[in-house]
This record gives sequence, C-alpha cells and structure tokens, in this order.
Amino acid sequence: RLSAGTAPQGRLLCGPGLRRSGAGLLVTKCGLLRHRPGGGGAYWVDSQQKRYVPVKGDHVIGIVTAKAGDVFRLDVGGSEPASLSYLAFEGATKRNRPNVQVGDLIYGQFVVANKDMEPEVVCIDSSGKSSGMGIIGQDGFLFKVSLGLIRKLLAPKCEIIQELSQLYPFELVLGMNGRIWVKAKTVQQTLIIVNILEACEYMTAEQRKQALAKLSGN
Amino acid sequence: FMQRGLDSQTKKQLEEEEKKIISEEHWYLDVPDLKEKESCIIEERSFLRCEDLVYGRMSFKGFNPEIEKLMIQMNSKCKEEEIEEDDKMEADVSDEEMARRYETLVGTIGKKFLRKRDQRVLKDDDEDEDDEEGNSNTRPSKRAKKMFLKPQD
Repeated sequence: RLSAGTAPQGRLLCGPGLRRSGAGLLVTKCGLLRHRPGGGGAYWVDSQQKRYVPVKGDHVIGIVTAKAGDVFRLDVGGSEPASLSYLAFEGATKRNRPNVQVGDLIYGQFVVANKDMEPEVVCIDSSGKSSGMGIIGQDGFLFKVSLGLIRKLLAPKCEIIQELSQLYPFELVLGMNGRIWVKAKTVQQTLIIVNILEACEYMTAEQRKQALAKLSGN
Repeated sequence: FMQRGLDSQTKKQLEEEEKKIISEEHWYLDVPDLKEKESCIIEERSFLRCEDLVYGRMSFKGFNPEIEKLMIQMNSKCKEEEIEEDDKMEADVSDEEMARRYETLVGTIGKKFLRKRDQRVLKDDDEDEDDEEGNSNTRPSKRAKKMFLKPQD
C-alpha cells in the first residue's frame, strides 16, 4: 500500500491507476508514477494495456454495428457496445437525420461512461458544435494498437508524428480506445504509414529514423 | 392508566418520566463527529486531464484543409492571445471607420421612419439650430397650430 505522504496544498488531481482511500491513495495498476506540478498538481500511473475501458470525455473511434430505431450501436472496444443517438450530430433534427450506415466509422466522445450504465457516445460537444467529430469519410485504413502508444502519439510534441508529417500528405484520426485510422493518397502510402505506426512502439528513435530515411529515399 | 383528578404534581412527574424514557430510546452517536474532510483529492479516470493531450484528428500537408484549420483552433485554445490577434488582423474596416459610419447611418435611417409631424419638427429644429437667434415667429405659430383654433364669429 503506497501512500503519497505530502500534504496537498489545494486540489490534487488523482488520475488513472490511483484511488482515494481514507486519507491516502491506493495504487490500483502497475506502472510508472507520473507527476505534473502545474495546475494544482496531478499524480497518475502510466500503465500499459491493450483493452480499453470507456471513460467519460474520451474521444474514440467506433464502428456502427446495428441500427435500433433511433439509436445506433457502436463497437468501441469495451465490454459492451455503446449507444449513439441520431440527434447527437451537429444540425440533426427529427426530420433531418444523419446518413449513418452499418459499418461506418464514427469519431465521438463519451458522455456517459461508468461501470453501472451502458456507455453513450455523442458527436457533438457541449456548445452544440461538432468540432471535428462525426462520421469519418470513405477509404482509409483502421487498425488497433495498444493504449500506451496512442498516448505517446498524442503527446504535445510527438517526434513520430512530426517525422511522419514530413513524408507525404495524409490524414490521421487517433481514438483513445486504441484505434487509428489513416488515409493517404495511394494505398501503398497508407500501408507504409500503418506499418510505421505499428512498429514504432518497439523501435528506438534511431531505428525509426533509419527506417524513415530509407523510405524518403525511395 | 390515566386517572381522573390526578394532582398536577403527579401529572408533571409522569410527563417527566415519559420524556426520560423517550430520550433514552433516542439513538445518538457516541462516536465523535467526524470532521467533514474537504476532499483535497479529485479522482479522475481520464488521461486527458492529466497529460496535455493534443486533439485526435490530424491532417498533414494539406490533405484535408478543414481538419488543418481545426487543428490550429483546437491546439491554440490554450493560447488565447493568438486568436485575438488573428481577429484584429482580419478586420478590413477599422473600428473608427465603423463608428463614424454608424453615426450617420443611424440618423439617416431614423429619419426615414419618422411621421410627418415629427419630420416638420425636425426641420424646424434644424432651422432653429442654424439661426442661433431663434425665430420667435415660428414658435408661437407652432403653438397656434397645435391649439384648437376657434372659428371667428
């Protein structure tokens, strides 16, 4: 039982992997303890896993599996399918329904996600704007990686993304549930990007630069 | 149990006994009051709040211009100064010109909707303003017009 012994001087954020018990904190996951001093201090455990657990506010990529009346069933990689109402799109009304088919990819955020209720996804933010969420377009390639890599890629200054962006124009959507969607001009370019993203989890920075140098040479 | 003609004293005694019994039966906490701990610790299950994660949709080298605009928008939410500067730069007409235009605009459109009487008043007012002496002729004539003119016998 690990307890953070310092007296907090204000609101302390206790992130994933940590739980409050009595006066101290309990660690619930294995990993590295991270600390962020800014904004009142935050501690969390940086752990690695492949299985996603829905968390409120997370942006995820979901696959539409079924249409049940006014609600779509989305597979987000969690323990149960999430629901998405047809009114949760920008500019959707009862008469103006969004054109969503089974098998479409949706980029949305969780509005309800706890262990007692079925998770709900919406494609609209609190002010009513879609801000990039919604149906992801045609073509492209969807694949799954571990959650740790996604967080690495979403870090503010990610070298991998910067290096890749020098190669050729492409579009990328990262979901916190471990899913990445890539689209480039040709199928070959798309597959190259996919392979690099999958492999860069276990490559060191040098190996990655070598691989990219080979590609940009070709 | 209740007997008629009980003395007031015995009645009081009985009441006090009843109250005692009741208060003993009342549950009360023997434990000292736990101080309501102000939870200084907020639990958060999402990584988004802990690490400053960037927005998930990205586009590079102009593949999808809308998403590139979004990227700039989302990632500069932290830096609000940049957004304000952009707005200032984009204004074609400066603020001063706008103010001048509006001044005259309000006047001209306002005149359009005045009724006839008011329009005359406006004209007279303008004349009055022009002649600083003030035409005393016009004023009594205005008053005369407004009052009911008795037909001369």
